[in-house]
Formats: sequence, C-alpha cells, structure tokens
Amino acid sequence: MSSADIYRELILDYYRNPRNFGKLEKFDITARDTNPLCGDEIEMQIRVGEGNKIEEIKFVGKGCAISQASASMLTELAKGKQLEWVKQVSKEDVFKLLGNPDLGPSRVKCALLGMKVLKTGVYGYLGAHYEDADSSDPMA
Amino acid sequence: MLKTEVFDVQKVREDFPILKRQVHGKRLVYLDNAATTQKPKVVIDALVDYYSRYNSNVHRSVHTLGEEATAAYESARAKSAKFVGAPPKELVFVRGTTEATNLVRFAWGEQNVKKGDVLVTTLMEHHSNIVPWQLLAKSKGATLKFVGLQADGTLDMGSFENLLREAPKLVAVTQCSNVLGTINDVATICAKAHSAGATTVVDGAQSVPHFPVDVGTIGCDFFAYSGHKMLGPTGIGALVGKKHILEEMEPFHGGGEMIKEVFLDHSTWNDVPHKFEAGTVNIADAIGLGAAIDYLTALGMSKVREHEMLLIDYALKTLHEVKGFHHYGPEDSKKKGGVISFNFADVHPHDLATILDEEGIAIRSGHHCAQPLMRWLDTESTSRASFHVYNSYDDVDVLKAGLQKAGAIFKV
Repeated sequence: MSSADIYRELILDYYRNPRNFGKLEKFDITARDTNPLCGDEIEMQIRVGEGNKIEEIKFVGKGCAISQASASMLTELAKGKQLEWVKQVSKEDVFKLLGNPDLGPSRVKCALLGMKVLKTGVYGYLGAHYEDADSSDPMA
Repeated sequence: MLKTEVFDVQKVREDFPILKRQVHGKRLVYLDNAATTQKPKVVIDALVDYYSRYNSNVHRSVHTLGEEATAAYESARAKSAKFVGAPPKELVFVRGTTEATNLVRFAWGEQNVKKGDVLVTTLMEHHSNIVPWQLLAKSKGATLKFVGLQADGTLDMGSFENLLREAPKLVAVTQCSNVLGTINDVATICAKAHSAGATTVVDGAQSVPHFPVDVGTIGCDFFAYSGHKMLGPTGIGALVGKKHILEEMEPFHGGGEMIKEVFLDHSTWNDVPHKFEAGTVNIADAIGLGAAIDYLTALGMSKVREHEMLLIDYALKTLHEVKGFHHYGPEDSKKKGGVISFNFADVHPHDLATILDEEGIAIRSGHHCAQPLMRWLDTESTSRASFHVYNSYDDVDVLKAGLQKAGAIFKV
C-alpha cells in the first residue's frame, strides 16, 4: 500500500476539519496522553448521560494526520454509545475507521493514541463508579 | 550530478556497503546523519578483524592477543584524541556524548556544585546537555538557567553575559545545534565563562563529525563527542577533560581497571584516563572509531566541511523553491553545520517521513531530543535532513521531489 492510500481524502479531511474538536464546559470524564516518539497529544472529555451513555464527547490534540483523524473518528463512533461499549473497542475497529491502511509498527502507535485515551478515561470512570453501578456490592 | 567541487561522491559511496541497498525499491537516500551515520567498510572490517584475529581483554593480559588488543585500543585513544587536538591521557572513552555529560555531572558535579549555585546551559541544547544538569541542580539545590536565542537561531550573547554576572559554576554549550545547525563561537563563550569562574562543557556531538575541531583553541574544560555520528560504531565516544581537573575528580564507576590498589576499607585510583574506565572497556568499538577517524582524516575534515557547505547552500536554494517549505535556523552556510530542519505546510513531520520513506528517503522527524528548543520555535516537531560525506546534490533533488509528492498527496 502506498502513502497515497494511507492519506486518503477522508483522513486529510478529518485532519484539517476534525469533528468533535474542542473542550466541554461540563464533563464527567477527562483523559490525556502523549506519544513521546513524535509528540502526538490527545485529550478527551466526556459527559455521561442517562443510562451511562456517552452524551457528549470532544477532544483536543496536536500531531500527525493519522493520530488526529483517528481520534476524531473515534469520538464520532463513541457518541451515543454506552460506556461499557468502550471496553470492546479494538485496534481493528480503529484501523477500519481509517480504511485499513498498512501503517507499519511506528505509525500504529499514532493511530491508537485516541483509543488509548478513550479507554483510560472510561475505565477510570467505570472503576470509580463501580459501587453506584453494582448494588450487590459485598462491601455495602 | 555526483561530484561536488570537493569530493567524488560516487567513489565515496562505494566505501559504504549499506548504500547499495534499496528501500521500497528505490535507492536509499540517507539524510538522517545527525542521528547516526552509516559505516564505511573499513570500520566494519576493523570490528571483524578484531573479533576474528586478536579478541582479548586489554591492559591486564600478558599474552600475545592481549598485547595486540591493548596496543590497538590505546592507538584508537591516541587517534581519537589527536582528531580533536587533545593529548591521549586527557581522553576518556565513554559510550557517547550522553555518558560523557553524565560522567561530568557525577564525577565533577557531586564535588563541586553546592546549594544555591547557578548552572548555565542554552535553549538550543540536546536533552543530553540539559537533563544531566537538571538532575545535578535538583540533587544539590542549585538552579539551572538558560541562555536565550535570537530570531535567526543564534545564541543571544547579551542574555549569556547577564547570566555570567550570577557567577555560574558551570557553563554547558553545544558547538553545533542538532536542530538549527547553528555553529556557536565556543572559544569566546568558554573564555568569558572562565573569566566569570565557571567550568565549561562543550558538546561536540554535531561538530566533530562535520568540521575540524581543536579543543586547545576552544579552551574548554570538558569536551564530548560520539563515535556513531562520525562513521564509527555505536556505543563508543569520548570525554576530553583537562588533566588537572580529571585528576582532582572522584571516579564515576567503581570496579576493575579503574583502581591502583584495593584494600578492605579503601582503594586508590588508577591514573587518568583509566580512573574513569571501570570494567572491561568497549575495545572493539574503540578500534572501530579509530578506523573511522583514519577514514575521515584521509578525506580531510576541512574538505568534509567544504563539501557540506556546498550541500547546505544547494539544499536551501532548492528546497526554498518548494511552496510550503519553512526552514528553521541560520540561512548562511558559514554559520551552519550540515543540518536542515524544516516544516512543510501543514503536513506533520511524521506524515512527511512516511511519504518520503516510500521514496527511499530517510529523514528524521520529531522533537530531535530538543523539546525546550521546539517550544521556543513554537512547534511540536520538525523534519530534519542532515548530510555527510556520501550525500550529494542528487540526494537533495530526490528530497525536493519527495516534498512535491507529499504536497500533491496533502493538496498543499
């Protein structure tokens, strides 16, 4: 696969006009991570709604087209889903969003940074709210 | 065009086996020399020769192999010292520039830096000439301060003079920036620093591989360089230090070879430089570095410099023709080593590196271990093309075509 295939119109469009880019005024989840190799940076914020649904999700970041486009696409996919859904999101899902480009090991990290941030934030939130979610808590 | 006015580059290329390989079906255009250079066959042969003919430990073996290995290792030290105008006894073999600055941080810094002291470095340094001093300042309660830069990417000497009024204990500066290519007047900087009572450290990682260097003229207390950036093997480099300072310093690592006598309650130290070379040293790579120095000496370092200046001039002229090319650092090749850092429109350096790789072009992209400088440049990362003796105008032309291709893909 050539670089012309990696950098398809769709990825360039998300790079230059990222959807869900920005910060939320009110949010329940926030997470940030960087890729020290290239300095890619993604921060995500999520507002949790009724039934533990992702009501609003936004991200800010800096970095290469692959990291920024994949983060943006992922926020679109996540919006409206249950938090539990985040657990089963896989790298294959992210690659599919990007059109399954042949990225090579060093660029895969760029593609997966957004997923890592999303999972870090949501797992942290689910852990902290474990007692709320589970009324049969043996410690109660 | 395979000749500059200085070198027959085609002939030079034949000395480097790796340059025969193809990447993605294209000729390898290796422009990542500031990160590490390729190795000529004479260097590879020197390693093979050592391991296949006289591999043995140095200094303590009386047998033939041991004597041959010792002679070759000490001969490499003599070459490595002479190459930068230092006496052999003032050259300590280390893993590279990073280990050299860390050696100074521990073996000199622990004894000489106290609470409230000021240490000075600059905004254009590689992390290897920042982080050891940060750690030293933190452990001693000292403060690390930075010389600022001028808009053209040269040091702000006014800010340097101001910092000297604070009577710094240490001034650490690079002779040539690995990002901007800026060549600093380290002789003047060291003279002024010494007048203010400071000890001086000069980072030669990007200077020694690219132009003639004489530590006597610079007048610094410590000077560091890395073998792998000058056609030598990885894992070998040098710390050059003034003899009286090296003698006053405590050892860095304790162990074999660095001692004179060991008792149960104390030890006495071997003479310099051996005091700082604990354990079995990196014999093979030191010998390999000696071979690299022979190769560079035969080409002539003044000619290496002339060759690179021609390439910088040609590259800046050629690349400025590409719409969206933005260069960081001095435009004048007289003020600049063989490094061109740039950004290209809104194409992120990592995306650019991926596209160029497909054309067989190896460039560096990222923060180049100089994050404070990146912040000063107001960017997260840059792309960097850097030259050495086997590069020529044709490599610049391929790079230009690569940029144009990236421009087409990204619709710049």
